[in-house]
Amino acid sequence: MSVDLSVDIGGGLTLANPFIAASGCFGYGVEYADVVDLSTLGAVAVKGLFLDEREGHPPERIVETPSGMLNAIGLQGIGVRRFVAEKLPPLRERGAVVMVNICGSTIDEYAEVARILDDAEGVAAIELNISCPNIRKGGMMFGCSLAGTRDVVAAVRKVTRLPLVPKLTPNVTDVAAFAAAARDAGADAVSLVNTFLAMAIDVETRRPRLSNVMGGLSGPAIRPIAVRMVHECRRAVSIPLIGMGGIMNADDALEFLIAGATAVQVGTANFVDPFIWGKLTAGLTGYLERHGMAAVTEVVGSLDLSTRDAGPTPEAACS
Amino acid sequence: MPVDVDATVLSNTRLSSDYNVLGLAAPAIAAAAEPGQFVMVKPGLGDHPLLRRPFSVFEVIEDDAGRVTGLSLLNKRIGVTTRTLFGLEPGARVRCLGPLGRPFSPAAPPERAWMVAGGVGLAPFHTLAVALRARGVESTLFYGARSAAELFHLDAFRRLGVRLQLATDDGSRGDHGLVAAPLERALRGLGPAAPLRLYACGPTPMMRAVTDLAHAHGRRTEVSLEQVMGCGLGGCYSCVVPVRRNGGRPRFVRSCLDGPVFDGRTVVWDGLGAG
Repeated sequence: MSVDLSVDIGGGLTLANPFIAASGCFGYGVEYADVVDLSTLGAVAVKGLFLDEREGHPPERIVETPSGMLNAIGLQGIGVRRFVAEKLPPLRERGAVVMVNICGSTIDEYAEVARILDDAEGVAAIELNISCPNIRKGGMMFGCSLAGTRDVVAAVRKVTRLPLVPKLTPNVTDVAAFAAAARDAGADAVSLVNTFLAMAIDVETRRPRLSNVMGGLSGPAIRPIAVRMVHECRRAVSIPLIGMGGIMNADDALEFLIAGATAVQVGTANFVDPFIWGKLTAGLTGYLERHGMAAVTEVVGSLDLSTRDAGPTPEAACS
Repeated sequence: MPVDVDATVLSNTRLSSDYNVLGLAAPAIAAAAEPGQFVMVKPGLGDHPLLRRPFSVFEVIEDDAGRVTGLSLLNKRIGVTTRTLFGLEPGARVRCLGPLGRPFSPAAPPERAWMVAGGVGLAPFHTLAVALRARGVESTLFYGARSAAELFHLDAFRRLGVRLQLATDDGSRGDHGLVAAPLERALRGLGPAAPLRLYACGPTPMMRAVTDLAHAHGRRTEVSLEQVMGCGLGGCYSCVVPVRRNGGRPRFVRSCLDGPVFDGRTVVWDGLGAG
């Protein structure tokens, strides 16, 4: 029996399978061309791009924490023009479905980056990074305000017909309100969650373990919170959700799919096992066969709440 | 092209209370590895530790018939992974991904080769010494450690025809103090016209001192840096080193792809992080 792993993530974009390499965890994709057949991934979300080159933060940029890691890379990058000139052609050649993660210090910069990508050949979708916790201007500054989220999404929506996927930050009280704001401003889908703002201290030196003091927490440690947030967004909006947060294997991915994500991104796990992609599709296929499902879409949003209510609203949970 | 091997532990030789040499059945990696390249290692599949750690390939292991059967790691107990690797018994499994990174550029006669190692920084020099011997290069190892008890594998290097210049922090063997002292004497003794290649691996201040010392004598040093790494494949941009090339401004380059071996004079040492 063969199962259909394809998923429609909105804006007219169908992926061959729901597994996407998460932005910031897969370079520009070409780094992995020797290890993975890039065309076998649902999509590749490349490292966040500003208009111009950025140096990022000095070392130390990462530190391992219990079942997770903190990073404060600071969006080192080559800028969108060099990406289009140098990285897109080899990605296209290898049949990669390219989702370009874009950043800006201002709304105008987001729009300019999107405009350049709209004119480029071989871009499947734009992921709007309004959630990076590690930069002073831009990023989470927009993603932590409903008005900021609406303004950035609307400005980029105006300049591109590419599928538009804002990436949401978990560093807010009610993430579902941000999914709704993004939808209202023209998003085709939303991806969630980016990393959790966090900190680790070396007790011997009493110094922060990251040069940037704070960083973003990812890995299995955050998975249950990310699953909860996908669940909350699923109840609030009907546009496709792309879930992520500490997915290490097919069962972890299934939690997100069952909670209502149409596709998932895998980041930290790719550091541990760069050969994970074939294992994820095999694991998902095996699960669907075992449960008599012909398509992955049958499992999406299939959370069984028949024996209980859907859980508290954020207000009730905090009271 | 790197491969990932679920490698069986072939042997675990404890050299002291902190150091061991772990033999791993990863012949595909061992056969392909060039001196200076590294592997990304993770004992077990659990979430603690989560990430792999980089290790130099210490030795290529061969059976009696000369077939490559695996590789070894020189390990020093420091953190979670290294403590686990210290305690593993033969038969245990270790994930091993490699070979990765840019290797040393081996010297060729009439060049002579000087390797400068500090502590666990000995790790990349055994395979380099093997390659240098095969090329007929006259080699010397300048090797510093805390004490005589922590100077390892001296006989193995001697068997490879490598001359030894030792130093210990406590003076229990060789020069009393830093390995830079015998290196400086040797640099003074060698005429400026004699062709020489220098390699260094060890604590960051030692590699910096060696680079500066060599530079003062008109010599270039290839240093093997050990930055904190996330993936080893260029995906995460964690392991960056500030490098200044052709007089330009410093740029962060990934030590997993552009290194771990760098021309020491291009490294902006002050920007390397706490290490």
